Amino acid sequence: MKKKIISFPHMGNYYIPIKYLLTKLTNCDIMLSPPITKKTLELGSKYSPDFVCIPFKYNLGNYIESLENGANILMQCGGGCRYGYYAEVQQQILKGLGYNFEFYSLTENDKLAAISMYRMFKKINKKLSIVKFLYYTILTLKMISYMDKIDIYIRANIGFEEEEKSFENLLKEMHKDLESTKGFIHLRKTYIKYNKLFRKIKLNKPSNCLKIGIIGELYTCMEPFSNYFLEKNLAKMNVEISRRTNVTYLVIKKRFNTKKILRECGNYCKYTIGADGTDNVSEARMLAKKGYDGLIHTKPFGCTPEIGAMSILQKVSKKEKIPILYFTFDSHTSEEGIKTRLEAFYDMIKMRRENNE
Amino acid sequence: MNNSYVGIDVGSISTKGVILDNNNKILASVYLWTEGNPISAVKKIIKSLELQIKGKNIVIKGIGVTGSARKLIGTILGANIVKNEITAHAVGTISIHPDVKTILEIGGQDSKIIIIEDGIVVDYAMNTLCAAGTGAFLSSQAKRLGVDVKEFGNIALESKKPTKIAARCTVFAESDLVHKAQIGYKKEDIIAGLCNAVVNNYLNNVAKEKKIKAPIVFQGGVSKNEGVVKAFEKELNEKVYVDECGHLTGAIGIAILSKKENSNIEFNLNIENIKFENKGVECKKCPNNCDIICIYKDNTLIDSWGNKCEKGDSIQPANVNQV
Repeated sequence: MKKKIISFPHMGNYYIPIKYLLTKLTNCDIMLSPPITKKTLELGSKYSPDFVCIPFKYNLGNYIESLENGANILMQCGGGCRYGYYAEVQQQILKGLGYNFEFYSLTENDKLAAISMYRMFKKINKKLSIVKFLYYTILTLKMISYMDKIDIYIRANIGFEEEEKSFENLLKEMHKDLESTKGFIHLRKTYIKYNKLFRKIKLNKPSNCLKIGIIGELYTCMEPFSNYFLEKNLAKMNVEISRRTNVTYLVIKKRFNTKKILRECGNYCKYTIGADGTDNVSEARMLAKKGYDGLIHTKPFGCTPEIGAMSILQKVSKKEKIPILYFTFDSHTSEEGIKTRLEAFYDMIKMRRENNE
Repeated sequence: MNNSYVGIDVGSISTKGVILDNNNKILASVYLWTEGNPISAVKKIIKSLELQIKGKNIVIKGIGVTGSARKLIGTILGANIVKNEITAHAVGTISIHPDVKTILEIGGQDSKIIIIEDGIVVDYAMNTLCAAGTGAFLSSQAKRLGVDVKEFGNIALESKKPTKIAARCTVFAESDLVHKAQIGYKKEDIIAGLCNAVVNNYLNNVAKEKKIKAPIVFQGGVSKNEGVVKAFEKELNEKVYVDECGHLTGAIGIAILSKKENSNIEFNLNIENIKFENKGVECKKCPNNCDIICIYKDNTLIDSWGNKCEKGDSIQPANVNQV
């Protein structure tokens, strides 16, 4: 029998915990898809329906590159909007291209539930016990939540590091350490160690620095390649960045806070918008109240839930007096237009701030 | 000895240059087509500016560059400020109309709206992904109708019953236009309809949900089209101001910003005989294939950009020629 090789699409740095989980739960080889490049996007766009949203294209590109490198089991995990149907469509497209592989989706009926996930892993690894499954799933979730916590600190401070790349280099070290996590206590020790190290990095941060919040569709928010390294570019302008959307939020926190989020929307929403629309409206309102200088909203071209949220966000922007910059991403690669708008946005919020002081 | 400041706005279609004195008065100005070659356009601009200030005992204390080719031209001229066109336009317009509240701008490739409160920019929007309803669209349709684009506005004003043309998307607008022409609508009605379509498209896309308050200033190449100006006034029920030097505001703005930089260097405009060359190199170190642009001044590399990771760092000055 052929050796089983699992691969999955990229999103930000989350390949580390996912790889860890798959290594522990299955007896297959894990192959990371090559990092996203222009070629990934080209491959993905070539075989995708033209009007499908950009995460589909990146995922498909990742799959093709993995299959070319020899993977024969692919995984998908998506839900909330039409992303929930992507697994089936991508499977069909890849089969049509003549690849031979097995395809598994972590979500079933648009929901990420432990039972269905266990059943799915059982198909790959017949000997997997439920105890082992639960142990490593929770450990992985914990790892993700620690990573996200560190990321929040990095995002707020990376624009002010005294020595260039000090955050980036330390983050790489942390990722390496996380790969060899042994258990809960070990994981916690790693977190505490790096948390201290990150806070020791010398900063040159004024107390009244400009603050920008990032809201929007999850993939374009979290995958830096798909938003043309938005956060990196912002950091170069010396601003504090805040972003609530991360895997911890989407998988865990959001589940238990649906009502609270709707309440946070105040008079702007009476019902939920769907996918992450409501979350973004509430986040926009909360950040405006916290005194943020501006918001950046990202979405893929044709993202229905976010288009719905946008008209409400425009009202939030007017009433709460917070400017919002809207970005729509698709498979075009001209970075200059984005930089121009970002630069103008920065100039604007800076001028607004100076005028208010 | 009078201090003065140069502002250059290198757009996709046209390139504009001005020299301002200490009181923001225009000493010299040029406007010409970029013709796809920003470097030669800027050389021509500089030459013409120099001719206009010859013998006036002027010292240049700052150079500012804006527009889509700002990075390239900024490097070549050694500018002390390189800024995006949105900020430059706002600053330039405020210097001419201190009480302006809304700036509408439709250029060759892009259109934008800038909202100003108490002399500062509080909101702006720019067209995304699609160049519908910009100057480039109008000039291509003018060609189709066999009319000089400069005549467009005057012809539109003759119309009494503008034809309805779909405004949402240029593809639909174009097929609408062809259809209407074939079934016998008058040319002036179609042209007026097209002007209305541009305005509707702008208000529905770029200016969506923005509060347009008077005084309104309309800029960019399309502002020279009387038909579009009238259509805006009709739609907004407000007077829309178009300046004589509306095409220069970006350049004026960046010149003012360069003055604010307060640099003490004296700039030299003598670049006519210097050979500038830009080479595009593709990094082959990973499948991303970053396009790295290298700028040479008399065969020595002065700047490069476009590289995204450390792998491309080695593709710098010296190694470039081998690739």
